[in-house]
Amino acid sequence: MLEVEVAGIKMRNPVMLASGICDLTKESMEKFSSAGAIVTKSVGIEKRAGYKNPVFCETECGILNAIGLSNPGVDEYIKEINEIKIENLIASIFGKDESEFYKVAKKISPYVKAIEMNMSCPHAKKVGMEYPSDEINSAVENVKKTGKPVFVKLGMENILRRAENAIEGGADAIVAINSVKAMKICIDFAEPILGNKIGGYSGKGIKPIGVRCVYEISQNFDLPVIGVGGIMNAEDVIEYMMAGANAVQIGSLIYYEEKPFAKICKNLEEWLDKNGYSSINDIVGIALKK
Amino acid sequence: MDAEPGQFIMVWIPGIDEVPMSLSYIGEKIAITVEKVGEATEAMHDMIEGDRIGVRGPYGNGFKIFGEKALFVAGGTGIAPLMPLIRKYEGEKLAVIGARTKDLLIFKDELEKITKLYISTDDGSHGYKGFATDLAEKIFEKEEFDIVYTCGPEIMMKKVLDLCLENGIKMQASLERYMKCGVGICDSCAINGYHVCKDGPVFDDSILAKIDDFGKWKRNEAGKKVRI
Repeated sequence: MLEVEVAGIKMRNPVMLASGICDLTKESMEKFSSAGAIVTKSVGIEKRAGYKNPVFCETECGILNAIGLSNPGVDEYIKEINEIKIENLIASIFGKDESEFYKVAKKISPYVKAIEMNMSCPHAKKVGMEYPSDEINSAVENVKKTGKPVFVKLGMENILRRAENAIEGGADAIVAINSVKAMKICIDFAEPILGNKIGGYSGKGIKPIGVRCVYEISQNFDLPVIGVGGIMNAEDVIEYMMAGANAVQIGSLIYYEEKPFAKICKNLEEWLDKNGYSSINDIVGIALKK
Repeated sequence: MDAEPGQFIMVWIPGIDEVPMSLSYIGEKIAITVEKVGEATEAMHDMIEGDRIGVRGPYGNGFKIFGEKALFVAGGTGIAPLMPLIRKYEGEKLAVIGARTKDLLIFKDELEKITKLYISTDDGSHGYKGFATDLAEKIFEKEEFDIVYTCGPEIMMKKVLDLCLENGIKMQASLERYMKCGVGICDSCAINGYHVCKDGPVFDDSILAKIDDFGKWKRNEAGKKVRI
């Protein structure tokens, strides 16, 4: 009932773990055994310490983070995942240019089912959302040479233009959206809290933005979309899928609920049953047709 | 702030850093005990009364009170997070504190009043010359107790764990790892699938016996495994 297929990858349910959450170490990822797929922490060619603390703070509605793409570098990270017991592992990678993207992708691709290109981290210099839109297509084209399906993760900013470029390069799916560029100031110190000052806003508050982005991409292009942003329960998954998502990812929810996957899947099945659907694929994009 | 013995807070020094610090006093007023070990703690040492820091928490699980007779084994500033527990523990209390030298022995006067106290220094400047674990081993030979609580250098805590496993005595240890988010999502402080910030910092013998990296490996800021 919940089985889906995205760019040739079969998942027993559409609920994936988003990049950046509990996915630096092998054993932490293996604990999410009920997820449809796991996306790794974003990995680059060389190790990165990330930003100074604070890298996290809570807001009235959701959370802010600026971890700063900390990762041990692709060679070290491969040692982490080469014996991992996860059926659908997807590598999130970042790079400052197409050659860096290609190098990381080439090294990591034998160990994963697909590559997710992070073109949307909202607080890193020259990578993520600062990656030039008109260079996305050649970077995707390069990563496609690994032979693995390529997902491109985009943020809300300029998303249709960036999606078009990714599709031109041969993207197999678009992942939308990333956290939203944001800031919190501590009024007692009159100072931004995050070490990097600017971070990414995620959680409940960004869900309507994510749903809109998925809807617009689905309306304009014909390729699988993976929805992410503020999903807190099964109803949110359904909303994203009605907007056109073939699968979804969960991130911030892990802050509030450590192991939400099994519960969400159970509730999805109950909802589908109650509403007369035999497969979750039957609800994909139904809101687009109205 | 309502905190349990063994819990920690994230202390923010604006413009400098945010670091996890165990609470050494809980109750109406909370306090932390700060050793100069880096930029953030140096900045705290330079502060004067009235200076402000940012605080979030308390985080983590804290110690669980067990049995009627306990041995506390602390190395260096490891005694700080044990203090609220020692004050709260109602049974018989034995404590071993070890430090490099006598000037670094902290909470000694208070511990003399509320525990049967044993002291070791690496240089022999006070009490037994040697490590806290050597002293603990001697106490194991002549005393019986229900549980051992420990905090300090991980090599020391690993020895305490081995000693407890050999003797079939329950134990709890408070671990330290490089922490970023402090709330169980960034995975920086992960040790064999457990987050020190959320599942810990206190782990008991049943879990520690399964954690292969305990006493051997930690992770640096980039997440690379490095030798302890």
